[in-house]
Amino acid sequence: MNEADAKNLVLDVLSGIAPEADFAALRGNAVLRDELDLDSMDFLNFVTALHQHTKIDIPEADYPKLSTLDGAVAYLRR
Amino acid sequence: MIEFRMPSLGADMEAGTLVEWLVKPGDKVKRGNVVAVVETQKGAIDIEIFNDGVLSEIVVPVGEIVPVGTLLARLDGTAVTPAPHAPKPMPAPSPAPILPTTPSRPHISPAARRLASARGIDLLHLKGTGPDGAIILADVEAATPTLPAGQTIRRRTGFDPAAMRQAIAAAMTRSKREIPHYYLSQTMDVSAALMRLERINRERPPPERILPAALFLRAIAMAIVKTPELNGFWEEGQFRPSDALHIGWAIALRGGGLVAPAIHDAGHRSLDELMASMRDLVLRARSSGLRGSELSDSTITVTSLGDRGAEAVFPIIHPPQVAMIGIGRIVTRPWVVNNAIAPRPLVTMTVAGDHRASDGHRGGLFLAEIERLLQEVETL
Repeated sequence: MNEADAKNLVLDVLSGIAPEADFAALRGNAVLRDELDLDSMDFLNFVTALHQHTKIDIPEADYPKLSTLDGAVAYLRR
Repeated sequence: MIEFRMPSLGADMEAGTLVEWLVKPGDKVKRGNVVAVVETQKGAIDIEIFNDGVLSEIVVPVGEIVPVGTLLARLDGTAVTPAPHAPKPMPAPSPAPILPTTPSRPHISPAARRLASARGIDLLHLKGTGPDGAIILADVEAATPTLPAGQTIRRRTGFDPAAMRQAIAAAMTRSKREIPHYYLSQTMDVSAALMRLERINRERPPPERILPAALFLRAIAMAIVKTPELNGFWEEGQFRPSDALHIGWAIALRGGGLVAPAIHDAGHRSLDELMASMRDLVLRARSSGLRGSELSDSTITVTSLGDRGAEAVFPIIHPPQVAMIGIGRIVTRPWVVNNAIAPRPLVTMTVAGDHRASDGHRGGLFLAEIERLLQEVETL
């Protein structure tokens, strides 16, 4: 998956979870949970949607790697 | 002949607007079918019917706002008494609520309503140009703001935050006025619980993973069975325990407000089933797809602050319930284990109890039982 596709996917999934957020203003290194006020259910839904689109398993131990937009994009590109 | 009336979807509801009929006269209906959509302060709610029969007459047309208890429709069939585990019949409405004397809402064509909700347009402030001032499709079209290129239309939130705030205020004011609350709090070591979840989740893809809140809810459901005086209603000056355990699960809505739809028969649900119910309810609460029975049936409520919340919450009971349980954020703190201090993940659970129905001693035993279950976590 190239960088643009990965970023589009992450933003697309996040906008479904936090529809009111301003994604144009979202910095790549901002912590998503804080920036978008995601609770653990939201975060699980985020991981679930990424898994369903990419088939990557995303074990819980890897969750910290997906804590920012940049981190999530890099993770999907591996 | 059976009468189908506007249900009470919680102590804070006085009236609802009939938004849509999903059945028409002559249609066969079965108990549990969703037959109408009612707009309340909690958003648009699917309303189920509690009898089998054939719809003979629709009494309240779409667009009308009517008080709780108003006859909505009649059906032919025989009334059934609810089975023991069936949702409780709605409590009789308190003295006929007096509605504000604002003129009744104008009629709105279904097509106009659909477009308005898709575009997030508030119909209350729209002037209708149809017959008798009815709002028609063209009115909604005309009211649609032209958006700058690239900007998307706000997704429908399904509720009016100001109205919901009012509803919460009414219910909580009543609670604080009428219910003599007592509060208890207990901090518990949850390392065994978290280790078990880690083991479970390691083997599972994301859609099947379990959150700590589901495990805590399972422990709570099992513990309530041993403390029945926390489960039920205070009605007409006395406590009526409930045989069924329907746990209201408090869900914060993005943009403000909260709802606590019921997880029916929570005591009979496995850990996986509870997790699935929680996921489903959160999804539907946020897209406004809750059912009437889910808003009226809770026999006790649980609120979990989640991992961005405070360490403890002292909840306000939802009348006519008699208890509410709070789950704080999981925090790592020093803890004494075998006479030595060790870092441990801890959770503070709280109970708000109605002193008319139970005493702090019973509430304390309840918290102790939750703690015990969370140590012997393999049984959950």
